[in-house]
Amino acid sequence: MNARATRLALAVGAPLLALLAAFLLTSLVLIIAGDPVADVWDTILTVPEPRNMANIVNNATVLYLSGLAVAVGFRMNLFNIGVDGQYRIAAFVAAVVAGEAWLPGYLNTLLAIIVAILVGAAWAGIAAVLRATRGVSEVISTIMLNAISTFLVAFLLRQAAVREEGSNIIGTKQIPEGSRIPSFQLFGTPGTEVYGFLFVAILAGVLYWVVLNRTRFGFELRASGQSLTAGMASGINAKRMVVLALLISGGLAGLVGLPILFGDAYAYGTTFQSGLGFAGIAIALLGRNHPFGIALGALLFAFLDEQSNPLQILVDVSPDIVKITQGIIVLTVVIAYEVVRRYGVRLEQRRVAQALGTDTKAGVAA
Amino acid sequence: MSEVTLTQRQSTARTSRRFSPWWILIGLGVGLFLMSALSLVTGADDLASSGTWRATLIAAVPIALAGLGGLWSERSGIINIGLEGMMILGTYGAGFFGYHYGPWAGVVGAILLGVAGGLIHATATVVFGVDHIISGVAINIIAVGATQYLAAQTFSGLPGGGQTQSPRLGDVQSITIPPLSDALGAIEQQEIFFVSEVAAFLRAFVTDLSLLTILALALFVVTFYVLWRTAFGQRLRSCGENPLAAESLGVNVYKYKFIAVTTSGALAGLGGGFLAMVASSNYRDGQTGGRGYIGLAAMIFGNWRPGGLLMGSGLFGYTETLGLRQGGESVHALLLLIAVLLIVLAIWQWRRANKVAAAIAVGTALASAALYYSIDSVPGDFTRMAPYVTTLLVLAMASQRLRVPATIGKRYRRGSAG
Repeated sequence: MNARATRLALAVGAPLLALLAAFLLTSLVLIIAGDPVADVWDTILTVPEPRNMANIVNNATVLYLSGLAVAVGFRMNLFNIGVDGQYRIAAFVAAVVAGEAWLPGYLNTLLAIIVAILVGAAWAGIAAVLRATRGVSEVISTIMLNAISTFLVAFLLRQAAVREEGSNIIGTKQIPEGSRIPSFQLFGTPGTEVYGFLFVAILAGVLYWVVLNRTRFGFELRASGQSLTAGMASGINAKRMVVLALLISGGLAGLVGLPILFGDAYAYGTTFQSGLGFAGIAIALLGRNHPFGIALGALLFAFLDEQSNPLQILVDVSPDIVKITQGIIVLTVVIAYEVVRRYGVRLEQRRVAQALGTDTKAGVAA
Repeated sequence: MSEVTLTQRQSTARTSRRFSPWWILIGLGVGLFLMSALSLVTGADDLASSGTWRATLIAAVPIALAGLGGLWSERSGIINIGLEGMMILGTYGAGFFGYHYGPWAGVVGAILLGVAGGLIHATATVVFGVDHIISGVAINIIAVGATQYLAAQTFSGLPGGGQTQSPRLGDVQSITIPPLSDALGAIEQQEIFFVSEVAAFLRAFVTDLSLLTILALALFVVTFYVLWRTAFGQRLRSCGENPLAAESLGVNVYKYKFIAVTTSGALAGLGGGFLAMVASSNYRDGQTGGRGYIGLAAMIFGNWRPGGLLMGSGLFGYTETLGLRQGGESVHALLLLIAVLLIVLAIWQWRRANKVAAAIAVGTALASAALYYSIDSVPGDFTRMAPYVTTLLVLAMASQRLRVPATIGKRYRRGSAG
């Protein structure tokens, strides 16, 4: 019982230690650069206004989906850097489909969502096939596919585009009103609208957990992710698992742009948010591929992004400072877990040694 | 077990033969010949001009330097996806020190900031046993944030500088050998089949050649010599192949990994500095545009060998250059070349009784040829896609012959050899 409490304390202690270290290191950067440290933290660490809270939840929704997509790959020991390309091309095609409105109302929405999943999966599928048949590292192929998708989307956008009146921004056709996903007010006041897509994201998280932890497929995925040889020895088709994991990862990536598309932008244009895939990598790492952890990581990143916005105006410091914090957190979290793990192992050894009534190391060799 | 080691050693011997300097020369010759034939057939005259080669050099050097950084790190067993971040740090280092203290200080600054990134990576992976990819990703994020934050802090208000870019930087010297350059230029003008193309290629190396380019090429020679011809290099590579064996022979594995990853950062930083000072004339946010990742791809393409890496970077730089110059025409011509090469590949696969592969190759060749005859010019978005598509295709064809350093990405703890 006591050992269990210690383990719990260590598990909670690690991330807190990591956050503290990240704040200290960021402060060090601020001090060296001669910026007002206290004012910066004062701005970032205030309780957000309801309006800001809604923004944080919205951004976290998007980041969460991105983190989930990356995490599926990680569980199979695959590194899908391509979430960035996959979500952009999927959001573009979904925007075209939804804009054309071949089906009425929410059927149109559903069709667009399915199309987005399929397109994301297909784009990741290229990397999957190259990996399974030709042994091309998915790290490299997805990086190449990211660049290719940038140019491909730019080209297709120019073919499908309509020009917004009085501006140079081009975009796809607007999604009809009846197919948009309604937002709800987080605190019941105007200005606190949160994407209805939030529920889809939560559902995706639950599905992720159930599939990975409660199905045979999930077991095989995790097993071959931890040891490919052990997996193969027990009859798991490794190539099939690689392809499936990347397809699922790509399918989830297809969802990443949709909250924005159906809840805010209603069209895919040149200004559509990019770079969400890379944030997803950090968040999946931060959440240790656990759906709940990823949610916390997404909220933390969204919180830092939102709270740093007024830095430039209020204290004349570039908001980019929080990117340093975010990067450091990714490192310190892992380091903290490692340090705590080593400490935990030592505690365990000592406890076992005591229980066995010996103090020699030989007693705990097993 | 001994059988496995034996076959591994044989395959290493084979690959080292494949990428020896002579093979690179022969490859270059064949490449130039193909380009001469292609421009003769299609009339695309920018395929092998000296201007194209000069631009190719400038495009290839940053990628090659990043790849060389990857080579050092990965040969010691540490995956370095943080190359991109170290390059970004290098661009800022060049911007800050280059503006305040002159171009060569900029070079030193780029290297120093790259080293800083390398030290973070080494500390995280070697001392704390952090997963190499996690550490690399973190470094990339930190580098983006740090440079943008510092750029806003240090460059705004300076003449020509701003939140996202540095003032104009001085250039490191370029050298031209006038008699050679003129003579080769004259031969290029003659438009003699193949001879002019060779002249144009050589001319790029004697005209307006940046000292940093020469430095970069020299670093390849140095790297090859140090890693493959000295005891130090043998030990460093042994840390990537079998750290436990290295440890039992008295090699300080931590030290070698630290040296390797720090050197890696220095090279990637230099690559960033080249981008800021030679490829353009100031630091800008997002200047690297993923070239660190591409350097990594070039290194994998080159089978973790300097010669192969150089060819990979050259190929990437060349296709990137073609896309940016008279892209529509040049890339259009490449479609024909791809069709012909795929037919050759199909015949080869057919003779090896690999019928499915042959059929796929023929199908793709026909599609490529059909595309060539149905359009006159390739749209700009697709010409800029060319380097990435080429890399994918080449990797798809070559990747099964690669040999990765044996314990790459694995965690190593001192004393675990027992």
